[in-house]
Amino acid sequence: MASSETALAADRKARGIGPFLRSQMRNIAPFLTLIFLSLFFAFASPSFATLDNLGNILTQVSVTGIIAVGLTFVILCAEIDLSIASIANVTGIAVAYFTLQESYVNIANVPLPGAVAILLSILLCALLGLVNALGLTVIGIPSFIMTLAMMQIAAGISALLVRGQIAYKVPSLISTLGSGSIGGIPWIVIVAAIMLLAGHLVLTYTRFGRYVYMVGGNREAAEYSGLNVKLILGTVMVISAVCSGIGGMLGVAHFGSAQQNEFDTYLLDSIAAVVVGGTSLFGGRGGIGNTIVGLFVLGVLNNGLDHVNIDSFLKILIRGLILLAALVINVYAQRLREKTAD
Amino acid sequence: MQQARSPILELQGITKSFGGVEALRGVDFALYAGEIHGLVGENGAGKSTLMKIIAGVHPEFSGRFLVNGQETRFRSARDAHAAGIAMVHQELSVAPDLTVAENVFLGNQPTNRLGIVQWRRMAREAGEQLARFGINVDPMSRLGDLPIGLQQLIEIARVLFSGARIVILDEPTSALSPPEVERLFTTLRRLRDEGTGIVFISHFIEDILRVSDTVTVFRNGRKVAETASAATTKGALIEAMIGRGGEVLEHSYTDDLSLPKPSDGPVVLKVDQLSLARSLQDVSFEARAGEVLGIYGFMGCGQQELSRILFGKLKPDSGALIVDGAAKSFASTAAARRAGVALVPESRRAMLFHQEPVYKNVSISILDRISALLLKPAREREIAKHQVEQLQIRPPVVALDLGMLSGGNQQKVALAKWLTYPPKLLVLCEPTRGMDVGAKNDVINIVRDLRARGLAIIVLSTEPETVLSLADRILVLKRGALVREFTNEPVSKDRLLEAA
Repeated sequence: MASSETALAADRKARGIGPFLRSQMRNIAPFLTLIFLSLFFAFASPSFATLDNLGNILTQVSVTGIIAVGLTFVILCAEIDLSIASIANVTGIAVAYFTLQESYVNIANVPLPGAVAILLSILLCALLGLVNALGLTVIGIPSFIMTLAMMQIAAGISALLVRGQIAYKVPSLISTLGSGSIGGIPWIVIVAAIMLLAGHLVLTYTRFGRYVYMVGGNREAAEYSGLNVKLILGTVMVISAVCSGIGGMLGVAHFGSAQQNEFDTYLLDSIAAVVVGGTSLFGGRGGIGNTIVGLFVLGVLNNGLDHVNIDSFLKILIRGLILLAALVINVYAQRLREKTAD
Repeated sequence: MQQARSPILELQGITKSFGGVEALRGVDFALYAGEIHGLVGENGAGKSTLMKIIAGVHPEFSGRFLVNGQETRFRSARDAHAAGIAMVHQELSVAPDLTVAENVFLGNQPTNRLGIVQWRRMAREAGEQLARFGINVDPMSRLGDLPIGLQQLIEIARVLFSGARIVILDEPTSALSPPEVERLFTTLRRLRDEGTGIVFISHFIEDILRVSDTVTVFRNGRKVAETASAATTKGALIEAMIGRGGEVLEHSYTDDLSLPKPSDGPVVLKVDQLSLARSLQDVSFEARAGEVLGIYGFMGCGQQELSRILFGKLKPDSGALIVDGAAKSFASTAAARRAGVALVPESRRAMLFHQEPVYKNVSISILDRISALLLKPAREREIAKHQVEQLQIRPPVVALDLGMLSGGNQQKVALAKWLTYPPKLLVLCEPTRGMDVGAKNDVINIVRDLRARGLAIIVLSTEPETVLSLADRILVLKRGALVREFTNEPVSKDRLLEAA
């Protein structure tokens, strides 16, 4: 037994470039997809490959990017958060609710100073994230179900706050960050870049980041190594909610209004960005770098399809197919990796 | 006991090897209708392999295989089933989310002509069958809600009443309480009297002697004895199982070994009246600094649960844990780790990260002592390198993914995790299982070194050799209760097996 095991180990040690590439497939495939899509649209449309359009793409993916930072943490832990869009929505609405609106807006709101409004809104999303965290870790509800319930709860709070109306005003800081720009660069792009960078630094260089990867890689082993797995899982749920909340506040400023169901498409887009980028749905593999590639794949796809002459109803189908392809690669890459490293 | 003249099942000269290792060597075996045939032997002696051949699980082997005098070859468990052979495996294989009735009729539920399950009939018949077995449960209750012992009885009942003419039971009593064992035996005897041939494998030799008509002893893949149960004793069977004379290369621990005087180091762990559902009953003991406490018992005796409680992974129903003089109720494994308790579970997969490099595996449990906020990978690698050298882990490359190491080396990494900042109490489950002699000796030396450094060490194992080679004091756990302590006295494999 022992001798055959050593032989096997030696054999693996000697594995060459092919298996190495296979083990890196989850990083390579999304990148190739991005290059392929970019080249395709660049040839198909003269208006695609311009600096202006690059700015458009960056702006278009910013809100998704901010939400996806937190979601990356969650998916790295092999959990899921379906409440991101709803929490973004309710936080955006909350920050407007706490801001003085024009007289024609028919909402019984509570005007507060801008800083207080922002703080309260962040507290709200953190609190909702905490409820997710407690449901997942203390009660033991699977995150899929727990966050599904939270999706409804957050939507319910949104509905109660705006009661079918639309609010427009947000604190000036939020309004600047969401719709202003500096030196021609939209603030929202800068915020998204900073948050993505911060997420990357935390995941790569901090002890907490290592714990996230280890819990996602083998939860049982993390527990047997004496890590507080529940605390780590709870923390990523709160991180996810807070990122969603920030995305929601800036999104409201970016769109110029706060209303019910405004962020519905962001749930799928954020999950797609993380997964298309190659972060493993089984946890422990991937990271913010992957999420950035995934964001660009989605951004280029959405934007590029507008530049080519294509049936707008077909676009939805095409996006669905691309997502399916990414999921297939994701699962396949996991299997390859297990085969090579098991 | 009326035996038919020719056996219903006969095997001649069976040899079976796994990857060059012979698990069975020229074994003859015969089972008669109306006979309960007991099988004993140590772990890995070949009992289970032989039974799996009979049940069609291992279709590849050499030798003759006759059912009712007809030479046969089963290609799958399905073939064996069709020939009237059924087996209850050691691991429970029930569907906990289905009802009791569905479990009893798993795979052949009664249906009407439209293929619709006849629930009422199924429930009634399941209830009747179980009642014959002395089990009175609502057939429509969810199986998973019943106690483990009852689930096991229901699984056994399903197999026994499946109409099989040959029934194999592999360790059926490990999770059963004494009255449940009694009920099982009554049923087995009745089935025997009705003409069924039954093979009964167990570590509990008393059980074998009580229920079986014939006993066969296996050792190292050979059949070494076959005798009428009435004509033998527990001592004689244990002697046959272990064997005298230098058959085994390794130290076989057949002779008495004298345990040293108990350590007078400070008490690191005091366990007081620990109980957990059906797994542990009023377990109390102490572990002292500078001693290796061995806890021996058969599979399912509660060792696993005990080790999980010590490390905060399971919560006991009652009882107290006192670590270093302070009563503890660990909310998480992290709390146990911070209190100075470390665990190496029996499964490497359960505590190692196969897709991560060796150094991350070594550092994971001590990261909070190396770095506050930011990681220090260079320091991690340095620590890992030191451990790899100390423990002679091969290959000595800390950046290699753990999955590329051999099993024995992985086991050493699992130990290395705890060695840089040694805990006060180290709990090792099956620390040498599946290792070759060299690796075993390495582990023994590591443990002795840790003992010398003043750790309290608990070694839990189902293999007597492991406990005997490491422990200074030995406790025997039997069906969840401590039944014997060996300290400052001679001990041997016989004595351990006798006590368990």
